[in-house]
Amino acid sequence: MSTETTPEAPAKKDEAEESFLSAFTRNLWAANTVTVTALSILLAFVIGAILIIVSDAEVLAQFAYFTARPADALSASWQLVSTAYSDLLKGAFGDPEAFSAWFNGSGTWQDAFAPLSETLTYAAPLVFTGLSVALAFRGGLFNIGAQGQAVIGCVTAGVAGFAFGLPIVLNLVVAIVAGALGGALWGFIPGILKARTGAHEVITTIMLNYTAALFLSWLVLQKGVQDPNRTDAISKAIDESAQLPSFGGVLRVHLGILLAVAATAGVAWLLNRSSFGFELRAVGANQHAARTAGISVAKTYALLMAIAGGLAGLGGATQVLGTAYALTPAVAGNIGFDGLLVALLGRNKPWGTLWAALLFGALRAGGNRMQSYAGISLELVTVLQALIVIFIAAPALVKAIFRLRATRLVRPGASLAKG
Amino acid sequence: MSTATVEETSVVVAPEPFWTRQRRLGLTLVLIGLLAAVLFGALAPSEQARFTLSDDAEGAALSINGQLGAVLFGILTIVAGGVLLAGLAKRRQTALLGLGILTFVLSFLCWQVAGKFMPLVDTTSGTMQLALPLILGALAGVLGERSGVVNVAIEGQFLMGAFAGALVGTMATSVWAGLISAAVGGLIIAAILAVLSIRYLVDQTVVGIVLNLFALGVTGFLYERLMQNDASAYNEPPRLPEWRIPGLADIPVLGPVLFDTNLLVWVALLLVVAIHFGLTRTRWGLRTRAVGEHPTAADTVGIRVRGLRYLNVLMGGLVAGIGGAYFTLVATGSFTKNMTAGAGFIALAALIFGRYTPFGALGAALFFGFAQKLATYLSAVGSPVPSQFLNMLPYLATIIAVAGLVGRVRAPAADGLPYVKS
Repeated sequence: MSTETTPEAPAKKDEAEESFLSAFTRNLWAANTVTVTALSILLAFVIGAILIIVSDAEVLAQFAYFTARPADALSASWQLVSTAYSDLLKGAFGDPEAFSAWFNGSGTWQDAFAPLSETLTYAAPLVFTGLSVALAFRGGLFNIGAQGQAVIGCVTAGVAGFAFGLPIVLNLVVAIVAGALGGALWGFIPGILKARTGAHEVITTIMLNYTAALFLSWLVLQKGVQDPNRTDAISKAIDESAQLPSFGGVLRVHLGILLAVAATAGVAWLLNRSSFGFELRAVGANQHAARTAGISVAKTYALLMAIAGGLAGLGGATQVLGTAYALTPAVAGNIGFDGLLVALLGRNKPWGTLWAALLFGALRAGGNRMQSYAGISLELVTVLQALIVIFIAAPALVKAIFRLRATRLVRPGASLAKG
Repeated sequence: MSTATVEETSVVVAPEPFWTRQRRLGLTLVLIGLLAAVLFGALAPSEQARFTLSDDAEGAALSINGQLGAVLFGILTIVAGGVLLAGLAKRRQTALLGLGILTFVLSFLCWQVAGKFMPLVDTTSGTMQLALPLILGALAGVLGERSGVVNVAIEGQFLMGAFAGALVGTMATSVWAGLISAAVGGLIIAAILAVLSIRYLVDQTVVGIVLNLFALGVTGFLYERLMQNDASAYNEPPRLPEWRIPGLADIPVLGPVLFDTNLLVWVALLLVVAIHFGLTRTRWGLRTRAVGEHPTAADTVGIRVRGLRYLNVLMGGLVAGIGGAYFTLVATGSFTKNMTAGAGFIALAALIFGRYTPFGALGAALFFGFAQKLATYLSAVGSPVPSQFLNMLPYLATIIAVAGLVGRVRAPAADGLPYVKS
């Protein structure tokens, strides 16, 4: 589709003479981050559409006589895919009908904003786990353990949430801090092992993920933790004073999303303005050079993993204190692994991670509506998310598919293709 | 073993410190031996622990007083540790370590089984079956990692294999068609991994993790769209038949496990031998190891680095896909969402714990399979030891192994590094 738009640009042309418009159009089709991101999302949705079509028996039946009546098959496919994706959008950002009902007076504003609230609710923990992975990445560590750290954060925040019975505000603060500390401890283990023995953090964090999950599934069945009125694996409910405040009703969005924005700002400051941030970036760029310059690499690794773990623990805490309100073996869901994708999509930058988490939250919220209205399994969202990140991580692939021009500006920074 | 590339062979000239690896190992064994002799011995009731040679409580049995056994085997662990600690028998270090762990496990078993019985045939065959996908998955990892490509997508290859096996096996009503398509399912994930990491130089761990999620999503999506609506058309594959070799199958305990079983057990064991032989004795193996350790040098002498990596990762995909077939065509007979539940990561653990060698992977997989089988046995007899903690064993053992607390594991030097021809 783009072969004609990539003529051999005359090299002699002076760049200063270019008008803004021609510079803009030239850069639009070059392989910059924005273009690659947009095209990755587009590609993922195209592949998702193909999956929807091939898994629908009725539409496939019409493809059987495609040569005789191609219009039937194509319109049926279009119908199926457009319903699914429009439900996805409505579930993520809001249904125009709900808005017009609100303006007519036949609906409430809560109903109109419920989809946005869902998006923010799903995004909040992902911001934290995404920041955890992104921060560790900048220091040269691949924190696959965000899942385990989030699980332990859930455990400590949850137990603190129902065990102490402290007064309002204080109880919430204690529970959140407990979540951060729990995650920090779980992150510190691979950090100190890497620093002291050189054990690869990818392997240790993967193993700690499953250890944490097994620990949680054991803990919720123990006396004192398990809900005494239930026989299944669920803990006592979090005290109301330890729950993150929310609007209530259909608006599930809670304080967690504001904390997430604050955490993003905090991480951005830590990374770009603090001396520790400088050290960790130096270690991430070249640990040998950093060591020569007098930075303690071991200390940086241990501290960095503890901070990353603390962030993931906060993600777990928002999950259990903001939406789940009790511990179950699956309370953390997949937020740690999703955080990994979020960080990759956000290119390991704090604000980029925030936007990526919002996109993933929107996909998840929309996916729920797509499942209940259009009957398309929620698993499609997982496929979309994975595909988006695959394409983001392989910009050369996207470039090859769309025949993008190479960028003139080679940007340094967090490269994904790092060994 | 001629795994010179994995085990440290360089001789240290400087005087060794007193706390050598052997002494630390010995001390650890002495401590856990003490724990076993004192704690397990005190907790074990003074009743007979019967290990029957059959599937149930009947028939011939090895039996021992539980308390006596717990103390006795604990003392043996201490002895093994003591020999290591004293700095004796340096050449028999691995054997002594194995003996120490074995006697510790036996001491634990004497405590748990005292007053009850443990059917050995059931335990060993359960161990073999649980270890089966782990062996195949770990072998897939060996193939990739020895040539320098990290494969954390074993879980995804399992899932895709299990799904494809169930789907095609049902639609073709042939278990063999299912088995072949399971291998192809694993191959698809491996091909994506290979192209992205070798051709497009994406970080191999990143691709692996994302591919796991991709496989989880795709199989889950198609499961809900196709299989849940019409299980008889898409999700009732025939099971792999069990074959009995007359004569050999009558050997006590091991006979029924190895010679009255499904094809996959033989495939897995044969592959272990074949890959070990291939890696150590053939031109392909030498080249694979060269590419995994020093790709630039390999390239200089004319080995096609990327081509060999493609070949090995794709072969690994086939093996892991067959491992995935175990879940649908052997174990359960139908596919469910996320049915592998982390087995791919235990296989990864087995690969690392087995020091990236085929026989090491086999041993580690059997050990982890035994831990899982023991966990189900203990929860069945109502033991106070929580099954979750036994299930943690593979993960914790791997952390200890990579941290070098008990013998450092060293990955191939170029593992995870993309090769760019300069």
